[in-house]
Amino acid sequence: MSNNLETVNRSDNMMKYVFWGLGIITILILIVIIGYILINGVPHINWEFLTTAPKDSGASGGIYPMIISTIYVTFIAVLIATPIAVLSAVYLYEYAGDNLFVHLIRFCTETLASLPSIIYGLFGLAFFVEFMHLGWCVLSASLTLALMAIPTIMRTSQNALEAVPPAYREGSLGLGATRWQTIVNVILPAAIPGIVTGIILGMARAIEETAAIMYTVGSSIAAPVTVFDPARPLPLHLYMLATEGISLENTFATATVLIVMILGITFITNYIVDRYQKKMMGE
Amino acid sequence: MSKDIIEVNNLNTYFDDHHVLKNINTSIKSNSVTALIGPSGCGKSTFLRTINRMNDLIPSFRKEGEIYYDGKELYDPSVDVVDLRQKIGMVFQKANPFPKSIRDNVAYGLKIHGEDDESKIDKIVEKSLKAAALWDEVEHKIDESALGLSGGQQQRLCIARTIAVQPDVILMDEPCSALDPISTTKIEDLIHELKKNYTIIIVTHNMQQATRVSKYTSFFLNGEIIESGLTDDIFLHPSQEETENYITGRFG
Repeated sequence: MSNNLETVNRSDNMMKYVFWGLGIITILILIVIIGYILINGVPHINWEFLTTAPKDSGASGGIYPMIISTIYVTFIAVLIATPIAVLSAVYLYEYAGDNLFVHLIRFCTETLASLPSIIYGLFGLAFFVEFMHLGWCVLSASLTLALMAIPTIMRTSQNALEAVPPAYREGSLGLGATRWQTIVNVILPAAIPGIVTGIILGMARAIEETAAIMYTVGSSIAAPVTVFDPARPLPLHLYMLATEGISLENTFATATVLIVMILGITFITNYIVDRYQKKMMGE
Repeated sequence: MSKDIIEVNNLNTYFDDHHVLKNINTSIKSNSVTALIGPSGCGKSTFLRTINRMNDLIPSFRKEGEIYYDGKELYDPSVDVVDLRQKIGMVFQKANPFPKSIRDNVAYGLKIHGEDDESKIDKIVEKSLKAAALWDEVEHKIDESALGLSGGQQQRLCIARTIAVQPDVILMDEPCSALDPISTTKIEDLIHELKKNYTIIIVTHNMQQATRVSKYTSFFLNGEIIESGLTDDIFLHPSQEETENYITGRFG
């Protein structure tokens, strides 16, 4: 008996170290990638780089219009995708019940989520740019990115709604609230942290996307003013600098700015969601 | 003798093919406490949830027979479920305050029914919390989250939330089953206070609790009411053998 227990303990310990090691490897990979980019990029970043337009196709000068383009395109994409995705999730979870139609919608969302982004890009080119005559512009790119972000936001929102304790729903209905009042006043506020996480994931997918915007946004070096202006978000600029061998320093510097922006958004929203949740839970 | 506020005639309920309540005939006296006792799965909670139509949420639920509340059949198409649930409030087994402030929890029912005068809401919130014997404990932290309260306080908050919308009837589904003895005593004291103004129907697994709080008792077994009457009669001189076996702890 004791022998047996020892063997079990030994293999348990061994597995602990294996998992620990695997965890360390994951962290190391992340540190190496981000570290490599930061080491090569940070020395080339200065105030001028962040606030002026590129010169000589980006060989010198800054990336100010690209930063504006990125924020612009991503913001509009999230603005379009969020209501559609969240309301669809509410419909699927609160109203649709469990039937063939719902399963079909789920299947389609999962398929959409796994489509390669270049397919979205091609669709955006054919549909928004050409068919709808929007041309290469912020709006075409945002619509394309919104299509990509919808499945992500929808799926996460649905999980967040499912995680709301059924007791909240009963409590509200038991007080004579209608279904819609219950959703708006109790269910959604309780699910918001999860939904916001979904929006961030969708935003992260949109902000870093290159293939989907390559065919839809144009590649203007000027900062866009209206949504019908062409633009050049950071990933696209990065792609052009790298593939055309224009400037390795500026490629890394651009990558650094992109990474910092994504990390910044993630940290700030995590902080806000955390505070909201603590207030809600009375901690 | 108080009047019958709820009358049940030949009530049968089903979940799909499962026949849960069988031929229920009973009545509930107003401004008194009626206890529903019986072993788990005997249909007490289903009965309670049939009265404020919470079972409507379950698609497989079906009901035959009539329940009259104030002379009107509860499942009549002309009955507005939203109004009905305001008149017949419910306190659940596990306290379920919303993840909102204490004030917003009590104000919730008022707001969804269209009250937007904040000073009036404040008054009702205070009155309801006082009626639920919770005001003194939460007065200083009324804007903090209700989830920070203890289990017993949360349950009294849920009672305050229910009485804020001025119901006639309060249904309580084992309101003390998750509480410690001191919190239980507080809720029982509260029930004694509340019965002056409200009709209370309480499901309980605690025989002592039934004798302490209720005037009337119905004993459920396998979806039927075996015996109904004054609590004292049921517990001192049960007329049915099953009732006697149950209350003396021989099964259940």
